[in-house]
Amino acid sequence: MNILDIIGPVMVGPSSSHTAGAVKIGQISRKLLAEDVKRAEIYLHGSFWATGRGHGTDRALVAGLMGMAVDDPRIPASFTHAEERGLEFTFEKIELIDAHPNSVKLCLYGVSGRKLEIVAASIGGGRIRICEIDGLTANFCGDYPTLIVHNLDQPGHVTEVTSMLAHKSINIATLQLYRDSRGGRAVMVIECDQEVPAESIRWLTRVEGIVKVTYLSLL
Amino acid sequence: MFKSLKEICLEAEEKGIEFWEVILQNDMKERMITREQSMEQMRAMYQAMKDADANYDGKLRSASGLVGSDGEKFHEALASGETICGPFIGTVIEKALKMGESNACMKRIVAAPTAGACGVVPALFLTMQEQRGYTDEEMTKALYVAAGVGGVIANRAFLAGAAGGCQAEIGAGSSMAAAGAVYLAGGSNEAIIHAAAMAMKNLLGLACDPVAGLVEVPCVKRNVVGSVNALSAADMALAGIRSVIPPDEVYDAMRSVGIAMPDAVRETGKGGLAATVTGQAIAERINKE
Repeated sequence: MNILDIIGPVMVGPSSSHTAGAVKIGQISRKLLAEDVKRAEIYLHGSFWATGRGHGTDRALVAGLMGMAVDDPRIPASFTHAEERGLEFTFEKIELIDAHPNSVKLCLYGVSGRKLEIVAASIGGGRIRICEIDGLTANFCGDYPTLIVHNLDQPGHVTEVTSMLAHKSINIATLQLYRDSRGGRAVMVIECDQEVPAESIRWLTRVEGIVKVTYLSLL
Repeated sequence: MFKSLKEICLEAEEKGIEFWEVILQNDMKERMITREQSMEQMRAMYQAMKDADANYDGKLRSASGLVGSDGEKFHEALASGETICGPFIGTVIEKALKMGESNACMKRIVAAPTAGACGVVPALFLTMQEQRGYTDEEMTKALYVAAGVGGVIANRAFLAGAAGGCQAEIGAGSSMAAAGAVYLAGGSNEAIIHAAAMAMKNLLGLACDPVAGLVEVPCVKRNVVGSVNALSAADMALAGIRSVIPPDEVYDAMRSVGIAMPDAVRETGKGGLAATVTGQAIAERINKE
């Protein structure tokens, strides 16, 4: 937090959590998908469902999925813009377990067929948290270039990834590891101080035992 | 950002610099940016406040239909000379209403410190500039003063209705605005922090009870009380009146009051005005639509 979180941000109203935060969730989800969204199934949880329409949460999410920023004056008319671009979307109610009251689940389908499932929360003041990616715990805020590696729970994968980062002189800000079961599916969430080059990400996707690589670039 | 207003005053005294400059230097250090970069960003915030004020559209209604056009109504009353408050306070009221309504109608605003309280600081600042002719440079410095106060509130307490009730949004905005106004009027650092303290004291315990959970009722009109309250606190401080309870302790009190508040009045839309017969009926109507 800095003084421009106190005086700022410039944003489209009415709510930093229900509007600006929702735009940011859409924006970061689109970046994680790494291509334009063709279809989005949007499931609103808790207060997002209860008061989302009045706060423009629905329009904010769709605006973010098209890459609009939190102060984009087109946010209120985002549904019309989505129609023009051929972005299809649906809204439904969902009850997520142990989720923050301002949470949303997004099932995204990209223009070239990429798929991504995300659970995210707007945690106040326009700040957000990506809680799950493709059904596995994630837990990052989108303020850093973030590498998410889904792999089989086998020895050595963390070393492979962290050696690659060291080799590219990328400093790790935070590193988290999760798995669904011993020897099952595992995930590494790595927030970095520098951007990870595209060729390194391509290399990672070809490493045996690595199932999927998702990357949030801030560029 | 700082943990106390006392620290800011001490640093200003030690270095022989103004209050706002302490906040600026701290920002440069924390974000590792130049003086010009920081000031450029703050100037942009002030410009965005001006733009938001100028772009008010009195024909808009919020999605729920509950708010809109009150700024226009007040403007007409003021123009016809019918208000008791007169042109200065009248303009503050008009601008606060307009900004609150613009926010509710999904227009672009500056969250300061929050979107719900976005009208408090600009209503007072823009009016002071219009009526007293301060330069944009002076207004930018006043925004640093306001930001410094907001930073202390964030560090000692909270800046969110969900965390500490409306005192943590409108109350905080009012405290920030009061400090900035005293700076503009040429008050001492002591007067700056006591204005901040008095503004906050007078809104301690304010419930966050939005009807149907929306940032509309009572949020739009609360922006008015926030800015007018700031004005009275600023003038008291400039007249040499001091808060008996030291400013930093006032924020500690705000924190403890916020924690003691029941969930029903912390932005859940379940208590206070939201729980009235009419408030519930409105919520029901909106949910049915």
